[in-house]
Amino acid sequence: MASVSMTVNGKAVSGEVEGRTLLVEFLREGLELTGTHVGCDTSQCGACVVHVNGESVKACSVLAVAVDGADIRTIEGMAAPDGTLSVLQQAFQDHHGLQCGFCTPGMVMSAADLLQKNADPSEQEVREWLEGNICRCTGYHNIVKAILAAAATLRGEKIAAE
Amino acid sequence: MYAFDYVKPASVADAVKALSAEDAQPISGGQTLIPTLKQRLGQPSALVDLTKIADLVGIEAGSDSVLVKGATTHAAVAAHEGVMQAIPGLAKLAAHIGDPQVRNRGTIGGSVANNDPAACYPAAVLGLGATVLTDRREIAADDYFQGMFTTALEEGEIVTGVRFPIPEKSAYAKFVQPASRFALTGVYAAKLKGGVRVAVTGASESGVFRWAEAEAALASNWSPEAVETLAAPAADGMIGDIHGAPDYRAHLVKVMTKRAVAAA
Repeated sequence: MASVSMTVNGKAVSGEVEGRTLLVEFLREGLELTGTHVGCDTSQCGACVVHVNGESVKACSVLAVAVDGADIRTIEGMAAPDGTLSVLQQAFQDHHGLQCGFCTPGMVMSAADLLQKNADPSEQEVREWLEGNICRCTGYHNIVKAILAAAATLRGEKIAAE
Repeated sequence: MYAFDYVKPASVADAVKALSAEDAQPISGGQTLIPTLKQRLGQPSALVDLTKIADLVGIEAGSDSVLVKGATTHAAVAAHEGVMQAIPGLAKLAAHIGDPQVRNRGTIGGSVANNDPAACYPAAVLGLGATVLTDRREIAADDYFQGMFTTALEEGEIVTGVRFPIPEKSAYAKFVQPASRFALTGVYAAKLKGGVRVAVTGASESGVFRWAEAEAALASNWSPEAVETLAAPAADGMIGDIHGAPDYRAHLVKVMTKRAVAAA
């Protein structure tokens, strides 16, 4: 066992992990942050996407010990402390960017990484960026719409919800 | 995953030492290795993390070559100004490996050491005639790749970087396998001072290979039309699976070569 400490959603946390403990296991089972989902567990679906030092990664394909000392952000860290949704989360709600919701945490975390790198992505850039996130309900259309709307809102533009 | 020890060396020398332990294995970005271990297809005694070694991370763009150190991520290569200017084909290749999350973790050293027959980087390394640098020697690309998942690396030898010569022009064209985003067939075509090189990934059961006929045709006439006159390479020895038959892949080699030349 090894002890790890990291910052998760702004809070300092620590714990004991095995070498083989995955980051997603540490988050879900160690810290009880179950918003980060395990979908395929074969690194393809993206339901487990979190940010490590600001970059989106698949938490099912990263060892917890390998991110010792890192700054981690999960879906639980997206809304304000009073529960007010982030612009991106609100856009998913307004544009109906989810049905069952299982993939949504990964979609939101992946999209948040895109918008911090590219404030004005084209539809094609959004669709290419989501290559690592699989949704079996929506057909992606409203997810893409939500992300484009969130980008516009963050740039100070307004797009009507449907 | 079976249990293993996690080792975090601070230097290449310490990593080499840690890898001398029985069944110890290096890990870089882990985007292939961790899923493999989750399937229990391997049982290392220890994983030696190369990504925390400062000497193994970074890019040095010089006047006639670009050095990408071993634990540099695909995302870093894709976004590097020096690479984009010197070898735009290489930056674009890195920008389309896997998906954004894989690119944020996966590294050039891991890709080249694993030598997956459908990986993108081996095509660039062989197509540009790059040199693979290790903790103990330098290996020319033509000597490095020795078949599917097989390289010239010795037990415990670490890829510390890849040095790419800057070509006159080059590009990579990939026909994507839509589920995995690996190359169903990918071609890196390069016009270098020393001649033309064309390297193919994803197609052959022997891993990445050079298409000699296309190189000869393009040396005298660098154009998609020069490739058009050639017969596709033999289907014999090409990969056949549910995604594509051998003759389909052979056909794709020709198509992707034309596209790479047109894009360069």
